[in-house]
Amino acid sequence: MDRSKKYWNPYLGGVLLGLVLLAAFFFSGRGLGASGAIKSVTSAAVETIAPGYAANAQYYVESKGSHEGGPLKNWLVFEMLGVLVGGFLSGAISGRLKFKVEHSPKITSRRRLIFALMGGVLFGFGSQLGRGCTSGSALTGMAVMSVGGFVTMAFIFGTAFALAYFFRKNWI
Amino acid sequence: MGPLVVNEIISPMTNLMLAFLIGIGFGFVLESSGFSSSRKLAGMFYGYDTTVLKVFFTAAITAMLGMLFFSLFGWLDLSMIYINPTFMSSAIVGGIVMGVGFIMGGFCPGTAFCGAAIGKIDALVFIGGLFLGVLLFTEAYPLWEKLYKANNMGSPTMNEVLGVSRGLFALGLILIALAMFWVAEWAEKKFPREEY
Repeated sequence: MDRSKKYWNPYLGGVLLGLVLLAAFFFSGRGLGASGAIKSVTSAAVETIAPGYAANAQYYVESKGSHEGGPLKNWLVFEMLGVLVGGFLSGAISGRLKFKVEHSPKITSRRRLIFALMGGVLFGFGSQLGRGCTSGSALTGMAVMSVGGFVTMAFIFGTAFALAYFFRKNWI
Repeated sequence: MGPLVVNEIISPMTNLMLAFLIGIGFGFVLESSGFSSSRKLAGMFYGYDTTVLKVFFTAAITAMLGMLFFSLFGWLDLSMIYINPTFMSSAIVGGIVMGVGFIMGGFCPGTAFCGAAIGKIDALVFIGGLFLGVLLFTEAYPLWEKLYKANNMGSPTMNEVLGVSRGLFALGLILIALAMFWVAEWAEKKFPREEY
């Protein structure tokens, strides 16, 4: 393995990720998240395209209460913009910046992209139903010992393990 | 004393700037740990690469212990930390749907942004899917509203449910994590896979 592809030791990465999460709690009183930012951008888009509609559709109204100053001014949107910058910096330093479709040699790029799209739709939907994704519900929820966080974590990973056999061609 | 924003020690605008900086740290660590690669993430479910498990549990334990110590030193008021509420039905069904999405798509939302940041087209397509999925949920909300709001248990924590102290629960989780790390190291030796 050449040096440019070398990743950090996972335990070191885990400790540092834990410290980032701890910083979020210490400064802002809340944990990390990702899917919440997507919800905010989606609400903002719908509000811009169809303002009268968003004012009446129930889920937008219910989730608007948690966003003071409009959905785009929320904490998670700024945090996710940071994730793009941080990911880019790390990739740039390690020489990993490259446009590509990553997939198993056994499948085509086209198949990979179709599955990526379907997976994204399901993950996006599930993150709304489950009130958070791997970051906001599972990781953050576990750190604060939330029962729901542990349950969601167990079902995300448990389901993926249970179905791994059927999708093995896509990965190995 | 923390949390600084809740206690109005720093302003809401500074809070947003901190969110951006914390996000940079989040993205940097994820990418440097290899979470921008879907095949590395999916490796978790086939045993050839268990980075996800190691990073995920080490991070959860570090943050959990950090908060316990910060609280002990009087630096952080744990009662002001947001605890994710538990709606048991949607936590289970949402988790299952996300699990299917994970094994099909190879990313979760946070890691997909990391992948997209370094040029992974599959990550970008996954993000497109995320928006569609969120839109589907919000547009047809009345269809799943009942499930979404069922079995509201408030915001219970694991230590309360088990009737033990926070510290004892943290100790138990650390022991469980160590056992899992041991199995993970074993699995990587048993199902080796060098190039992907």
